[in-house]
Amino acid sequence: MSSIYKKPIFFTIIVTVVILIGTAVMMVYPMFSTEMHPKMANLKPYTALQLAGRDVYIENGCYYCHSQMIRPLKSDVMRYGEYSKLGEFTYDQPFLWGSKRKGPDLARIGGKYSDKWHYKHMTDPRKMFQGSNMPTFGWLADHPVNAAAVEAGMKALGFPYTKEEIEELKDKTKLDAVIAYLQCLGTAIPKKPKQPLITMGEKNPLASDANAIAEGKRIYEMNCAACHGIDAKGDIGPDLTDKEWLYVAEPIGDDTLFSIIADGTNKDQVFQNRKAKGGMPSWGEFFGKKKIWSLVTYIRSLEGK
Amino acid sequence: MGEAVAYEWKPVKGFALSGLFWGLVSVLIGLFISIQLWKPELNIPPFLTYGRLRTVHVNGLVFGFAVAEIFALSYYMVQRLTRRALLFPKLAMVQLYIFNAAIAAAAVSLLAGMNRGKEFAELEWPLNIGVVILWVMFAVIIIGTIIKRKEEQMYISLWYLLSTVVAVAVLYIINHLSIPVNLTKSYSLFAGGNDGNIEWWYAHNAVGFVFTTPILGMFYYFLPKSTGMPIFSHRLSIIGFWSLVFAYLWTGAHHLVYSPLPDWIQTVAIAFTMFMIAPSWASVFNGYYTVGADWSKMKTHYLTKFFILGITFYGLQTLQGPLQGLRVVNQIVHFTDWVPGHVHMGTMGWLAMTISASVYYVIPSVYNTDIYSVKLANVHFWLVLVGQLIFSISMWILGIQQGVMWKAISPEDGSLTYTFMESVISSYPYWQIRTFGGLLFFSGLCIFAYNIVMTIVKANKTAVVAEGR
Repeated sequence: MSSIYKKPIFFTIIVTVVILIGTAVMMVYPMFSTEMHPKMANLKPYTALQLAGRDVYIENGCYYCHSQMIRPLKSDVMRYGEYSKLGEFTYDQPFLWGSKRKGPDLARIGGKYSDKWHYKHMTDPRKMFQGSNMPTFGWLADHPVNAAAVEAGMKALGFPYTKEEIEELKDKTKLDAVIAYLQCLGTAIPKKPKQPLITMGEKNPLASDANAIAEGKRIYEMNCAACHGIDAKGDIGPDLTDKEWLYVAEPIGDDTLFSIIADGTNKDQVFQNRKAKGGMPSWGEFFGKKKIWSLVTYIRSLEGK
Repeated sequence: MGEAVAYEWKPVKGFALSGLFWGLVSVLIGLFISIQLWKPELNIPPFLTYGRLRTVHVNGLVFGFAVAEIFALSYYMVQRLTRRALLFPKLAMVQLYIFNAAIAAAAVSLLAGMNRGKEFAELEWPLNIGVVILWVMFAVIIIGTIIKRKEEQMYISLWYLLSTVVAVAVLYIINHLSIPVNLTKSYSLFAGGNDGNIEWWYAHNAVGFVFTTPILGMFYYFLPKSTGMPIFSHRLSIIGFWSLVFAYLWTGAHHLVYSPLPDWIQTVAIAFTMFMIAPSWASVFNGYYTVGADWSKMKTHYLTKFFILGITFYGLQTLQGPLQGLRVVNQIVHFTDWVPGHVHMGTMGWLAMTISASVYYVIPSVYNTDIYSVKLANVHFWLVLVGQLIFSISMWILGIQQGVMWKAISPEDGSLTYTFMESVISSYPYWQIRTFGGLLFFSGLCIFAYNIVMTIVKANKTAVVAEGR
């Protein structure tokens, strides 16, 4: 046995074999097993613009701070949405699950905010989230997408594309591309309908409560001011101080206001006979009942101001 | 001992100094990006943004610093342990020039955003071909010198070197397989979860075979060499070696706990990770019992404390790592700042301590002189020790805080207690503390570099005087 330490070539071969055992079981075998390669029925290859955006995401190291992998843990699912499935990543070369959350997970960011929100946030993250440490990425708008390189990439990956798609890339910037990419993330799984937190007709238990107004103001400034303005006079989202609710100048019930905050809005969704345009994210799992009622109370205190 | 051997020290000197240079630059970048985290205005697009500089920091330290010092110290050890001059010394010098050109090109390409999108495997394909060529040169020189050795028995440090040569080649080549699009862009050959499994099989074992096996080789050689104390147990080192190289390759998927990967892969990886405590601690015990013969060496011989603290951090690292793999712990610390705290104990504690001690031993030896200043080496020791502890401990506390804040659910109505932003805002003081720790560490490194350079200056002066006589 001790003679192995006198035969360097034999020794090297033995070491190689020893190393390859674990490799074979943990890496090679799974690679050739079908359980490793499922595909979601709704999953589509990236479009040319989305792939261009994915390249921008990689080029700037976004994946060092943002994971794209939601764990099957209660708090992860509440915060980010349905946990990640293996079949959602079939077209990801490379995978971008990440290993660190200096910023939030982005696995289901697609459709959560409007495009307009993303442009604003990329240009000035601290305007949307006070205290954010995300670098600004507005400068990406000065860099056009290299259409020829993207086309070569689509070919290399074998993704289908049309000539028009590549043609359209020519007036797109890297900022357009990365936002298009973000907007498709996690959309292969349909959003599950949420259990409503309240039944319609429920009264605000905190109506006109002074503490609730203060608490609502705090929550508003941290989370809502980005879109509705610090004075609530509207920006990306509508003015909350006027008499108009969902584009109709008639009052709206506390319960409806609650459900808009809790569940968000979709395009053409009907609330008290008025149609929403969509774009309001859902906050129910972040805030819960008490905080949302506080927000409703605070918003009511602004009316007519 | 027979006739004196004409050893080839030029490649040793070249790589040792190159590594020192890239190490200083990369730690300085690390210091800068640690400030960017709490002062985002310091992001200067496009080149000097966090997402690009972080890549340069990591690659600079893995390839520019660690691999250069591994080359330097391997070329030293292999000559001493085989009692013969390096085979192909000219090839080693060519390798040195290509190496430095490749590191410079790598840094520029990463700043320009040429990134494959896989951690620790970011370099684009033309550079990867260069890396493979450099590694083949290393393999040829090391294996060739060992085959032509004058000492029949191979010492344990050579086992670790040979395992490094083989394992890094396999890991690096497979994980870097790409579909090239053009000269500066390629896509991973693998997709989705499979790509993830391969990536962490690579990344975890790159830590194993770049940050562990060659460094253990140095530890087993330079500790007894510099202190004059023989290794406590040869049998323990044999058991440690074989169980380490066998078990390491099973563990990568512990980086993907709670991921969509099949559960069995995660569970087997966690089980082998727990097992890894045994071979790791075999080396720790071997180190402790070796110096245990005379603990006063910690005081009287300046390098002993570097080695003992180094192996202590290795021991802590290899306890902490397996704990992090356990699902109950992983769900709190994963994705948090605990992880950089863990990584930097290994790199700033174990790796940098052991490498600097070995360099302190080798440079005077190859320049035929004594170290310029033991006092400065002691200052270096305390600065990097305290700097690293501040870094790691602040990040562990922060990691637990973040993990708990992300998981906190209000007992009142079952909603999440904190928004993500609240966890970011409460991280700022810790990130500032970390920068302070990094500053101490960096000043320690500067003293180290100064001490090494002055040793060489002193040696050159003495040589001139000697020639003049």
